[in-house]
Amino acid sequence: MIGLSHYLIVSALIFSIGLVGVLRRRNLLMLFFATEVMLNAVNIAFAAISHYYNDLTGQMFAFFIIAIAASEVAVGLGILIVLYKKHGSLDLDDLASMRG
Amino acid sequence: MFENLLASLMTIEGFAFYFFSVLTIGLFSVTVMSKNVLYAMTSLAAGMVLISGFFFILGADFLGVVQLIVYVGAIMALYSFAMMFFDATRDIKEKNTSNALVFLLGGLSALVLVLMFAAPIMSDSLNMGNLMVEYMDKNISYVDYIDGNISKYAQYSLDHGIQASVEGIGNAQSVGVILFTKYLIPFEVAAVMLLVAMIAGIILAGKKMDDSLTEDMSADDEIMIVKDEK
Repeated sequence: MIGLSHYLIVSALIFSIGLVGVLRRRNLLMLFFATEVMLNAVNIAFAAISHYYNDLTGQMFAFFIIAIAASEVAVGLGILIVLYKKHGSLDLDDLASMRG
Repeated sequence: MFENLLASLMTIEGFAFYFFSVLTIGLFSVTVMSKNVLYAMTSLAAGMVLISGFFFILGADFLGVVQLIVYVGAIMALYSFAMMFFDATRDIKEKNTSNALVFLLGGLSALVLVLMFAAPIMSDSLNMGNLMVEYMDKNISYVDYIDGNISKYAQYSLDHGIQASVEGIGNAQSVGVILFTKYLIPFEVAAVMLLVAMIAGIILAGKKMDDSLTEDMSADDEIMIVKDEK
């Protein structure tokens, strides 16, 4: 039988994949993808807890996370386009203009 | 352990759960590891479709549909639209300062995360029984209402309008009722936030949209010169 712990472990695994992506990626667009992976992992955990505790609050939080992800993508892609116009690349190392 | 796995694979829910988890983890690994932006984006979209499958297993029908429409429909469309501005076919060259260090850090933090999730489950402090008992202790007055087989925690959530599954009421209906009563103000705030994000996106991306990103202006001049020579 599939329990709550199964879902939480899968969610933790997907979150770790996203975390590895955030740590490892140097391209800004790929960093955005890794962030989406992490947000989705959290949504799975919320939906699972909502189901097993018979409480809709978890699903509500997942809805608001989706709304936040949508606005994050809208603003973030705008910033990425401006950066690409300015620098011609999305590499974080090229964008580092303030060296200590 | 292994027999348990086989037995749960025989049920529909168990099979769907393991199917979706293996595919999702594989696809998201491709997203994180791939050098090509196009492959990464495609596998991310496929993984999100499969995540909506998790939501359907869990009985969160409305959340699954929203996941499909917003994530796969809107967000991935936005990404693929933005891909037209960037060079999508070229492989991304990434200078990783030291791979071993990054993988060590990533592995360590992943291990810590899994331990954080697993510790309360292993110590048996996070089970539904305890939560129900807690609620029962806090809400002794609700005990009076309870008749027969409905559990006390379910009764508590029913009285507060947060129960996930009530007989005869679909998931979408109960989500709507709660969204427009208990979570009305966060809902409105989210609407304003989406409006702000939309305006910000239009202003950031739309400025100087008339001059091209990928081709430089000298290329147009050359074409003009060639035409003049003819």
